[in-house]
Amino acid sequence: MKPHRIAQAAGLALLSMAAQAQVSDGVVKIGVLTDLSGVYSDVAGPGTVAATKMAIEDFVATEKPSFKVEMVSADHQNKGDIAANKAREWFEKDKVDVASELVTTSVALAVQKIAKEKNRVVLISGAASTAVTNENCNDVTVHWTYDTYAVANGTAKAVTQGGGKKWFFMTADYAFGHALEKDASAVVKANGGEVMGSVRHPFPGTDFSSFLLKAQSSGAQVIGLANAGGDTINSIKQAAEFGVTPKQSLAGLLMFITDVHSLGLKTTQTMYLTEGFYWDLNEETRAWSKRFFAVHKRMPTMVQAGQYSSVMHYLKAVKAINSDDTPKVMAQMKKTPVNDFFAKNGKIRDDGRMVHDMYLLQVKKPAESKTPWDYYHVKATIPAAEAFQPLSESRCALVKK
Amino acid sequence: MNSNVSAHASAQKSQRVVLMFVAMLAVGSVAPFLVYPTLLMKLLCFALFACAFNLLLGFAGLLSFGHAAFLGGSAYITGYLCRDLGLTPELGVLAGGVFSGLLGALFGWVAIRRAGIYFAMITLGLAQLVFFLALQMKFTGGEDGMQGIPRGMLLGVFDLSDNIAMYFFVFAVFMAGFWLVYRTIHSPFGQILKAIRDNEARATSLGYDVAKFKLLAFVISASLAGVAGSTKALVFQLASLGDVHWHTSGQVVLMTLMGGLGTVLGPVAGAITLIGLENLLADKVGSWVTVIMGGMFVVCVLLFRRGLVGELNAVLTRNGLNR
Amino acid sequence: MDIFGIPSQAFFGQLLLGLINGSFYAVLSLGLAIIFGLLNIINFAHGAQYMLGAFAALLGLNWLGINYWAALVLAPLAVGLLAVVIERSMLRHLYKLDHLYGLLLTFGLALVAEGVFKNVFGVSGESYEAPEILQGGVHLGFMFLPIYRAWVVVAALSVCALAWYVIERTSLGATLRAATQRPDLVQALGINVPVLVTATYATGAALAAFAGVLAAPIQQVNPVMGSNLIIVVFAVVVIGGMGSILGSIVTGLGLGIIEGLTKVFYPEASAVVIFVIMVLVLLVKPAGLFGKQA
Repeated sequence: MKPHRIAQAAGLALLSMAAQAQVSDGVVKIGVLTDLSGVYSDVAGPGTVAATKMAIEDFVATEKPSFKVEMVSADHQNKGDIAANKAREWFEKDKVDVASELVTTSVALAVQKIAKEKNRVVLISGAASTAVTNENCNDVTVHWTYDTYAVANGTAKAVTQGGGKKWFFMTADYAFGHALEKDASAVVKANGGEVMGSVRHPFPGTDFSSFLLKAQSSGAQVIGLANAGGDTINSIKQAAEFGVTPKQSLAGLLMFITDVHSLGLKTTQTMYLTEGFYWDLNEETRAWSKRFFAVHKRMPTMVQAGQYSSVMHYLKAVKAINSDDTPKVMAQMKKTPVNDFFAKNGKIRDDGRMVHDMYLLQVKKPAESKTPWDYYHVKATIPAAEAFQPLSESRCALVKK
Repeated sequence: MNSNVSAHASAQKSQRVVLMFVAMLAVGSVAPFLVYPTLLMKLLCFALFACAFNLLLGFAGLLSFGHAAFLGGSAYITGYLCRDLGLTPELGVLAGGVFSGLLGALFGWVAIRRAGIYFAMITLGLAQLVFFLALQMKFTGGEDGMQGIPRGMLLGVFDLSDNIAMYFFVFAVFMAGFWLVYRTIHSPFGQILKAIRDNEARATSLGYDVAKFKLLAFVISASLAGVAGSTKALVFQLASLGDVHWHTSGQVVLMTLMGGLGTVLGPVAGAITLIGLENLLADKVGSWVTVIMGGMFVVCVLLFRRGLVGELNAVLTRNGLNR
Repeated sequence: MDIFGIPSQAFFGQLLLGLINGSFYAVLSLGLAIIFGLLNIINFAHGAQYMLGAFAALLGLNWLGINYWAALVLAPLAVGLLAVVIERSMLRHLYKLDHLYGLLLTFGLALVAEGVFKNVFGVSGESYEAPEILQGGVHLGFMFLPIYRAWVVVAALSVCALAWYVIERTSLGATLRAATQRPDLVQALGINVPVLVTATYATGAALAAFAGVLAAPIQQVNPVMGSNLIIVVFAVVVIGGMGSILGSIVTGLGLGIIEGLTKVFYPEASAVVIFVIMVLVLLVKPAGLFGKQA
């Protein structure tokens, strides 16, 4: 072979090696799969789509990447089968690189499996259950914003340590509710409390009066609401109606700022809750939330803020290695600490869990609230190391013990 | 003279039937290379479901509000057998069909003694019981559903995780089911069903054991609905509560009505239209899909009661093209 | 003192709650029974009309400042008017056909109504407060009874009693009943049957809306509040006997109580117990408890 031909061949080989470290088709496509019209549409929903758009715009403006970034979104209506089918279609037909948001546990669990099969990334912001990083864990998933352990741990621990020793649980009768009850019960007992009993209500429920009656006659000081969304809202409303409060207090184990907004401060005042984000925490969060409010007309929930944060982290990782190859991006994301308005010193663990500080909040009394959405006292910051389930207790196969 | 005309007409008719089957086979064989196969598979499963339902409503005149119990119930059974017991897909689908047939026999035995709206309400009530069981029993996974159902190896040989291979399996199942419905409708049994639908008292007076015929129709309808559900579970590798929810029972009524009650191709047309529209519109209009579906329903009931295929038939007949 | 292992406090409390729920079931199934019994239409839009009544109260308050008491009258009127439009423009054409079509039409309308409200208002729903005078509660010893819930029972049962009286004991009711059986004869007697039919459908819908206003302060006013309820109410009507007014009232109350008891012993089944009973009743008494054999 003539020398210049060898050079040519070598050059081609080098070029193709470089070409492999490239974004496929020159486009990174982000799929936002959320509940656009159902019980979680205020918590997640269109707000997460808006947050993703913001993240993409900010990323392109500041990082000026060499690839294009596109977004698609769809409504999974809180149904695992609709979500799984949409995710499958996205991955097989539409060249979507990452499925994100995924509020509702059954949705997240289903899409995790599909994504593993099709080798795509999953960024979970809205779904709650710890099963995502335990029984169902895989190496293409990042569980970003919160989970049942974190919220239960924060709230149940604070309330029990604060004197609420006797608990009764009202639980939504499905996997999420059971998980939340289980995690919270463990925390109550670990802090010297006692679980007087529990009752399971159909999901979704409308009339909680009979379950509240049980709670009333149980002798408990605290009624833990192991449910979410509309169920929590109705439970709280009806508890007030039946004189359950203020004699007994309510602990909303999974509550969002939109729930408080919906119920009003009069009904929710003094309730404890644990969230991963509050718009009014500091200057940074206020600045971002103001921008979000301008678009969405409501203050962000932790799910929406977490969505922005996770998408941004993903995009930065892709740019850093100039590739959207799933294992490489996952490795890069896990290598890089998370430091933005949403989380400080956050880190993605082997089981896919992004650990970050959580916040114990208490709802203000109506007189204490000065401006719209001024709803919480920040009672405590729960550091990342304490907030989430320790790796030593993990049931995930990926975790080396 | 007359026998010549009727022989000619029936020869024409069987020619058209053959044409119909050939056309279906042709279109079906080419389609997966043009349209996203998973969508086609969904269409086929629902088309089979609607055909099964139409057998009961369009031909036997029995409105069941609980057909989702068969679709979803067999999905869980097949899912369990294939995922946890390692059955091959064709056996899984068969088992699902048998399960639904048995469930259908049970439903039918309870419901058939009543007629009209009471029959429908009993089927609804029984389907709600199935829903409750699906929700509470451990093996179904409750709200999370049954996930990770393997597509498996057909007959132990063909790997169905390839979308095209899976498509042809589903297509074969659909064609077999469709053919079965067709033969049933055009058999003496089918004629008696139609007679019962049109005038039950007269059929009884002719000496037919009406209850037995109704029950048999119910069982066939349930089994085929079960086969559709089992196949769908393998396509999407999921079985969930949505499959047994009464909304799904409502959906199949919608499909069949829109396509044309009591016609052969109607349910297929209805399923394709409904699922196709849902798919097409979902990304563009989001949650307005329900409103559009409801609106179409209303329009259909008021103006196009014969459904797509029924209206088409009427137009063709009017122009002398139908016999 | 324990009853079946449950403290009597809890037991009677649940019974009372069951009675309250039963009152809702009674009013709703009354409306359905009136429409079916007198018009032979299966009104699947009943749940949507219940939802519209609740929304009418909510929006009336937020947009027009209409208070609860006015809403109790105005919301049913508004929904009734809408029902008149539906009946005249759409349902009317389906009377001579199979029951199925009336059912399907109303089902489609329910989907449309639910879909529109879901898109405009979201699914979480909004709070609606009971009027001051009905807030608070009374200590009954075995439970704390919210005054509003007591009011619900009183209002619902009064309306049921009134409706029953009008239909079964007045000449208007007799005319209505005659009109269903022999519309031609009644028409020949100079009575405007189509107007009667429209008015009847509107009344049934208004009853649903009335129940919706009653429900608004109890649960969040949301677009799917009706669809979750509708099949249960259907079961109630079927158990009571499709055409029987008394049947639907009695069954509604009875079923509320049974549901309440189920919540004491086996709460998970409370959503399904009505269907179990429905199947059992239909096996033993095919036309329902109070129904007349067709």
